[in-house]
Amino acid sequence: METTDLLQATVLFAGDSGDGMQLTGFQFSNTTAFQGNDLSTFPDFPAEIRAPAGTVSGVSGFKIHFGSVEIHTPGGEADTLVAMNAAALKKYLEEVKPRGLVVVNRGGFDAKNLHLAGYDDGAQPLEEAKARGFEVIEVDMSRMVREALLDSGLGTREAERSKNMFALGLVYWLYQRDLAPSERFLQQRFHSKPEVLQANLKVLKAGYHYGETAEIFNHRYHIGPAALPAGRYRNITGNEGLALGLIAAAEKAGLRLFYAGYPITPASDILHELSKHKERGVMSFQAEDEIAAVTAAIGAAFGGGLAVTATSGPGMALKTEGIGLAIMLELPLVIVNVQRGGPSTGLPTKTEQSDLFQAVYGRNGEAPLVVMAAQSPRDCFDAAYQACTLALEHMVPVILLSDGYIGNGAEPWKFPAAEALRPIMPPLFHGDSTYRPYERDENHVRTWAWPGQEGAQHRIGGLEKQDGSGNVSYDADNHQHMVRIRAAKVARVAESMPEARIELGSEQPDVLVVGWGSTHGAIRTAVQHLVETGAPVAQLHLRLIHPFPRGLETVLARAKTVLVPELNLGQLLEMLKAAYPSVDFRPLHKVKGQPFLASEIEARITELLTELAHA
Amino acid sequence: MNPLTAQDFTSDQDVRWCPGCGDYSILKQVQTILPELGRSPSETVFVSGIGCSSRFPYYLNTYGLHGIHGRATSIASGLKMLRPELSVWVITGDGDGLSIGGNQLIHLLRRNLDLQILLFNNEIYGLTKGQFSPTSEMGKHTKSSPWGSIDHPFNPLALALGADATFVARGLDRDPVHLRGVLKAAAAHRGSSLVEIYQNCNVFNDGAFEPYSDKKQRDLSRLMLETGQPLRYGAEGEWGIALDGLQPKVVSMAEYSPDDLWIHQPEDRTKAWILSRFFDEPIGENALPRPFGVLYAENRAIYEDLLHQQLRTAHEASPKHSLDALLAGNNTWSIES
Repeated sequence: METTDLLQATVLFAGDSGDGMQLTGFQFSNTTAFQGNDLSTFPDFPAEIRAPAGTVSGVSGFKIHFGSVEIHTPGGEADTLVAMNAAALKKYLEEVKPRGLVVVNRGGFDAKNLHLAGYDDGAQPLEEAKARGFEVIEVDMSRMVREALLDSGLGTREAERSKNMFALGLVYWLYQRDLAPSERFLQQRFHSKPEVLQANLKVLKAGYHYGETAEIFNHRYHIGPAALPAGRYRNITGNEGLALGLIAAAEKAGLRLFYAGYPITPASDILHELSKHKERGVMSFQAEDEIAAVTAAIGAAFGGGLAVTATSGPGMALKTEGIGLAIMLELPLVIVNVQRGGPSTGLPTKTEQSDLFQAVYGRNGEAPLVVMAAQSPRDCFDAAYQACTLALEHMVPVILLSDGYIGNGAEPWKFPAAEALRPIMPPLFHGDSTYRPYERDENHVRTWAWPGQEGAQHRIGGLEKQDGSGNVSYDADNHQHMVRIRAAKVARVAESMPEARIELGSEQPDVLVVGWGSTHGAIRTAVQHLVETGAPVAQLHLRLIHPFPRGLETVLARAKTVLVPELNLGQLLEMLKAAYPSVDFRPLHKVKGQPFLASEIEARITELLTELAHA
Repeated sequence: MNPLTAQDFTSDQDVRWCPGCGDYSILKQVQTILPELGRSPSETVFVSGIGCSSRFPYYLNTYGLHGIHGRATSIASGLKMLRPELSVWVITGDGDGLSIGGNQLIHLLRRNLDLQILLFNNEIYGLTKGQFSPTSEMGKHTKSSPWGSIDHPFNPLALALGADATFVARGLDRDPVHLRGVLKAAAAHRGSSLVEIYQNCNVFNDGAFEPYSDKKQRDLSRLMLETGQPLRYGAEGEWGIALDGLQPKVVSMAEYSPDDLWIHQPEDRTKAWILSRFFDEPIGENALPRPFGVLYAENRAIYEDLLHQQLRTAHEASPKHSLDALLAGNNTWSIES
């Protein structure tokens, strides 16, 4: 048996949505993180909770890209596909590298499964895959699991449910992973169900031993630990990291976190995560609708809380009026949009970046606020912490854009020490003068007095108000003044944020790639690859989108051409064109509900480099 | 310290309702009872939505938030959850609370946060200049219903009871003494108190409640509820309400003794249901009069108590970990330099 050393690999687990593929993938990620690899994951599941079993629409997948090198994306084509049934093969075979390894559960390829997957009668998809050069390994997992569990006391159906652990054990063997982390996990999860625990442990080992003894594989793979910066790490999904960022910000600001949300894919996990932390005083409120969620948060902001609401596209549409009120009230409010495919209900479980215009422009009136974006699962903590800082210190609503890809994706995270987090100082009213709600400091920020403060009673509302006193005012000049000052206040936020900078590559690139949000990893991988070949390219990724960061124009002006890849039809592109009309911007659009592959971005950059060379 | 007066609760802003509007009386009664409630202006918050009534907070020297249409209820909910010690009042109307804000209203009532909701019902959209509202009677001719409205109206108190409200009452702008009593009872109730106030819009719907305010008509058309007392009405109390099974019937006191009458017990949910259905026009033989006062009052756990109790229990069960422990979670590994 040969062991092949690899720098990186991508494994894709796929099966029916009842097959436990998300759990399997999550376990593989956890173990892989413990072994010191860098990694990135991408869960891809149907919108239906239990789509018809055995059909392509019911397939659930989990992709993990890991390596001894830096990993910025969940990978492109998979080195190894584990397909638990025919539908999984049908859905994902085209995402496997040429000559890649395909491990299938033979039991999921009987006539019934082939029919449900939509193959024609007489089709032999496994033979066809072999003929196309894929290395297909057939293992009758269903049968082996049944046999391994004959004496377990579990019924056939229940026993078969652990076949995902067989697949996991088998892939652990293939990639030389340690069984111990998953054994510990199973012990925690099933400690009250000893038969189920024993069955799962037995099957996990059975899969591993099968790899060792059955001589079905020609190779095993070894991927050493990555040279990650020293420190303590944990795995984190974007939504979890975001929730922790909110909690940390509230504690550092000395405020109670008030979170209001309405269940919506893919943002609900933020509500779930925050609901777990009542012991820290986190108030999570499941509202009756999106409108109640945002307006309850506004009530809490008026009362002196760190008020947050999160949702996804259609929910943002419903919150729009409330956000306008928060802008008018000049209260701190963080609104998280974990974007999904749109418009309308769109593609609830798929990823997209098409709510940028909505975030920046989507309100009645001149209604500016701060818009920023998280770029990866491990970045969500910092992004949330910054969003809260800006909202509280500038008394302004902040929209934080995430998306399904980074919300559900996971990465190792070098978590910060609490004392390293910057303290947050909201402009509280200390009762030292007569309170005038709309009196402003040099950044146009008003002070915040809370109900209960003696002598600071004030009335604020959605009607235009006189600057300073806050009294209702229909005065023409005052309105224009207030419209301008609300805009100036938002513009001033850029002063509190770092300048735009090139993070990778040449300072005077032929092609500068400017992105925002979850495209960071794919852009980074593409640019890094080209930089290594000596190509004059660079990457700049925006955290702050409205206002744009200071110094952006200078950086853009040094590039010959600026490529703007987005998972939409060019929304940042249009904003950049409007702001910097002399720069040569080029688009790259993808709106398929899927993230970019690094190779797609690299190809487009190469095309532009060629064009420039011939110009 | 000097006792508080109505003046302490009055802001310096000019009141801008139309002359003769019923809102003036309601504002006056609220300013009159606030000093008697034992809460200072700084501990008191008025939250409103959109509509004529929603200008209310500007005229009080308390904290105030004039929100967006229909959402005063949820703004107040968020505030009250975070700051349960505050005295919170919601000001809404028939359009704001029952049309655009219907969902927020019923969910607040079922949660039972401890606050007061004053629903100014004028059976018309006033601020938008006179369209029929969800409480307008069928057949009403307005700018948006020139052939007469074909919308069946809401019965606000039955709606509130249907949402399991714990305090349901009705008052009238033109009966200030009675209204003050209802408002004080609402403030004393622990839970969401819904007070429907019949409020005359003298510009777009003048006289809508005249049967209940006009001295010549009101004795026979309104029923003033008093806890523990038999249901009687008429100038001399010559009429009464008796229950025949679950069927209310009007009886003459010439033939009945007070002992035979329905005795008002606001804690009785079934009777409150029946009272809320006294909703037909009180005209003609055997017509039931419209009840005023507290129809229903029930003690039920309030949301913010449950919420804060949960937070305390969770805190005690698991002493607060450091922020560092939270950030680390349960599974960490180290990478050495």
